[in-house]
Amino acid sequence: MMAALLEVRDLRIAFRVDKRTTFEAVKGISFTVPQDATVALVGESGSGKSVSSLAIMGLLPKGTTSIDPAGSVLFDGRDVLHLPEAERRALCGRDIAMIFQEPMSSLNPVFTVGYQIGEVLRRHMGMNRREARARTLALLDEVGIPDPQAKIDAYPSQMSGGQQQRVMIAMALACEPKLLIADEPTTALDVTIQKQIMALLAALRRKRRMSVLFITHDLGLVGEIADEVIVMRHGEIRETGPVRRIFSEPQDNYTRALLHCRPPLDARPWRLPVIADYMGGQVEANPRQRERGYAPDDDIVLDVRNLKKSFWVNDGLFGKREFQAVKDVSFRLARGKTLGVVGESGSGKSTMGLTLLRLHEATAGSALFEGTDLLALSKRDYHPYKRRIQIIFQNPYASLNPRFTVGQILLEPMRLHGIGADDRERVALAQALLERVGLPPVAYHRYPHEFSGGQRQRIAIARCLTMKPEILVCDESVSALDVSVQAQVLNLLQELQDEYGLSYIFISHDLAVVKYISDQVMVMNKGEVVEIGDADELYRNPRHPYTRTLLGAIPRSPDVNVESRC
Amino acid sequence: MSAIVNEHDSAGLWTLAWRRLREDRIAMAALAVVAAFLVMLILSATGLVAADWEDEVGVNYAPPTFVGASAATLAAAGEAAPVPDNPFDPLAADIRALQGQGAATAAPRRATLPFGADKWGHDILRKTIRGGETSIIVGLVAALVAVGLGTLFGAISGFFGGIVDDLFNWFYSVFTSIPSILMILTVAAVLQQKGVLTIVLILGLTGWTGPYRLIRAEYMRHKAREYVLAADAIGASSWRKMFAHIFPNVSHVALVQLSILAVGFIKAEVILSFLGFGVPVGVVSWGSMLNEAQNELLLGKWWQLTAAAVAMAVLVTAFSLLADALRDALDPKVK
Repeated sequence: MMAALLEVRDLRIAFRVDKRTTFEAVKGISFTVPQDATVALVGESGSGKSVSSLAIMGLLPKGTTSIDPAGSVLFDGRDVLHLPEAERRALCGRDIAMIFQEPMSSLNPVFTVGYQIGEVLRRHMGMNRREARARTLALLDEVGIPDPQAKIDAYPSQMSGGQQQRVMIAMALACEPKLLIADEPTTALDVTIQKQIMALLAALRRKRRMSVLFITHDLGLVGEIADEVIVMRHGEIRETGPVRRIFSEPQDNYTRALLHCRPPLDARPWRLPVIADYMGGQVEANPRQRERGYAPDDDIVLDVRNLKKSFWVNDGLFGKREFQAVKDVSFRLARGKTLGVVGESGSGKSTMGLTLLRLHEATAGSALFEGTDLLALSKRDYHPYKRRIQIIFQNPYASLNPRFTVGQILLEPMRLHGIGADDRERVALAQALLERVGLPPVAYHRYPHEFSGGQRQRIAIARCLTMKPEILVCDESVSALDVSVQAQVLNLLQELQDEYGLSYIFISHDLAVVKYISDQVMVMNKGEVVEIGDADELYRNPRHPYTRTLLGAIPRSPDVNVESRC
Repeated sequence: MSAIVNEHDSAGLWTLAWRRLREDRIAMAALAVVAAFLVMLILSATGLVAADWEDEVGVNYAPPTFVGASAATLAAAGEAAPVPDNPFDPLAADIRALQGQGAATAAPRRATLPFGADKWGHDILRKTIRGGETSIIVGLVAALVAVGLGTLFGAISGFFGGIVDDLFNWFYSVFTSIPSILMILTVAAVLQQKGVLTIVLILGLTGWTGPYRLIRAEYMRHKAREYVLAADAIGASSWRKMFAHIFPNVSHVALVQLSILAVGFIKAEVILSFLGFGVPVGVVSWGSMLNEAQNELLLGKWWQLTAAAVAMAVLVTAFSLLADALRDALDPKVK
């Protein structure tokens, strides 16, 4: 093992919530980042992983944070926590660089990318304008931006998300840092782009012999890139070890749980294990497997034919340009089965879901439900059908009205559709549903902000269930949730399907999740259906090249490609 | 016991906002001042205080007690009754009879009052309290009218968008292109009468543009939010989405606008009264007091001006501070 570049000793960070309460986000963690290596810091939300990295960079808000002075962060032998402000800023600009999750909001939209990278070079490296431009071109080329001569004068909005993240990496590399802190650098990106960025980071690290502290919530992602893995939970380190050992023989129950909560690609257990199973040590050795797939005699509940949705964008003074978000989508959804829809951002998968619920007006096509075309009905005639086809959105923080109590949220649809004879009956039904989705009865009187993400998604599910729908569109419904919570919500959705015979249209960018819950999978790209077929068959034998690209972008565990790493 | 279980659990956003407000000392001081003014307003409106403000209790321009009476006022107070008899006056007998009656009922006029007197000898303190009643009511009701109109137009315009939005925007642009003082005079000319209600209408009908713009922007932002889509998906009508779902989430904007406009309108009432479009004769407001005070000031009688100005400044400052703190406490983003 090489000498330590960064050594964190007994780091404790607390936030002041209000005058009386403080919250201890990081509870005395110690770890080292060796020279010329990648260390992955893995943990779910609230684990303190990002807070730790921000503390290293000195980016935490001073007014509300207190870092225990007994701890230390040694970088190249110097304790950065106790450095004078100016020295620390110089150090963080030159020797430690950081890239963030959202490239779009990290870049200033009113300056060209060339100017923004050049500014770093001029300020920290003392280059003049011409030298800076030449160096910027070299950097853009190094991070794999095609045609750097043209792109150097482009504005951030003229680039794709992947290219923006490459620019951010170029900017971070501008001063030749010894340590690069990457805080969830690929979370906002599509899977195929994610793969490219990960490969880029690995290649750059090897070439420049720097160290990378890679922060992520997804343990599966670090298998290909990390040498050393640190697993954090609730501000404490649960386990540290070389990546291969973490994946093959995890010592800690929590690490084990993180590895197994993600739906596997090669199996479909009846129920996904959750963290509580591992922490309690009650994991089934050989869980019962579930069979999925369409049968020829399935009862078709929704028949979508040639669905199209176009948006009109203003072009020039009077012109309008058609943007086809969904081009000619047809599928049949069977009762009690799940249709998985996968695709990257901009594939039109969410637009398709919203159009089916008439939250967008369809441009053409039909959706036959019991022989009635839902898309052709007048608003008034469609109203009774609303309760039968429902949607669960991606962001449980945004889809519940913050000013309504959970009780009001659940009662509203029942009142609108005249479900239940009177309010007493409705309240009883709402409380029964809360219990069904696994929330305590007191939840009825509370407001959404008092719940965690997973609990809020349960409330959203309960709201749909009040109307006893037949079709449920899940639009990225588990994508914003932590891995362990994701497993719980997937289990709940699965149980509800078994219990009520619900049909799901499950929209997600996450191929493993889609594979787990779907009978049939539809792959979309740029508004078109590129492939549709039986879930297992499609994953085993993808026919379309795009499907193959998508499947190839799924992160692998380290054992698979030991040879390719050095 | 069960009551406790039910009570403890629902800390709504309003409760949280109140909690945050209570942490803020300046806000609580401002709230106390505003509450004191409102209590005074209620007492005055119900006739418990200052009902007798029109009694001529002091001599003309009686100075405040802490300044002390001048020779002139002392003399005026001393000679309350004795006007020398005019032997040639044919009405002398009647006048003497009248004076006898007056002397029986009216107390002698005082040389000094706690905060002085105006030209007719009205107690300035009572007059200020009474004037405050008019001014605060004008400010609050006009602000309610303006914010109500602005919210309604803004909600419709922002929520429906398209041609509806265009129509409202044209209307808005035409409305705001007219200089505001001209607009106020136009409405005053159309209404053709003086009175508190007229002032309220003038200010309310011309003041909706600010809240309209802000509320419209909020609605445009919120209508695409997932909770509104979710309300749409469960079958809520447009009006329900607008006012049951979105409005509670943007109400902090309306509330803050309300307090800002109330402050502005209290000041605007002064200007209107000054221009002669204000309250009718016989009604007192801070505006009409300031209007009188400009002549008095030349004579060195500063107390009426001071009383009205200080009362207004204290209320307006407290109201602004409260509005600022409310904004911080209510905006869900600043958590």
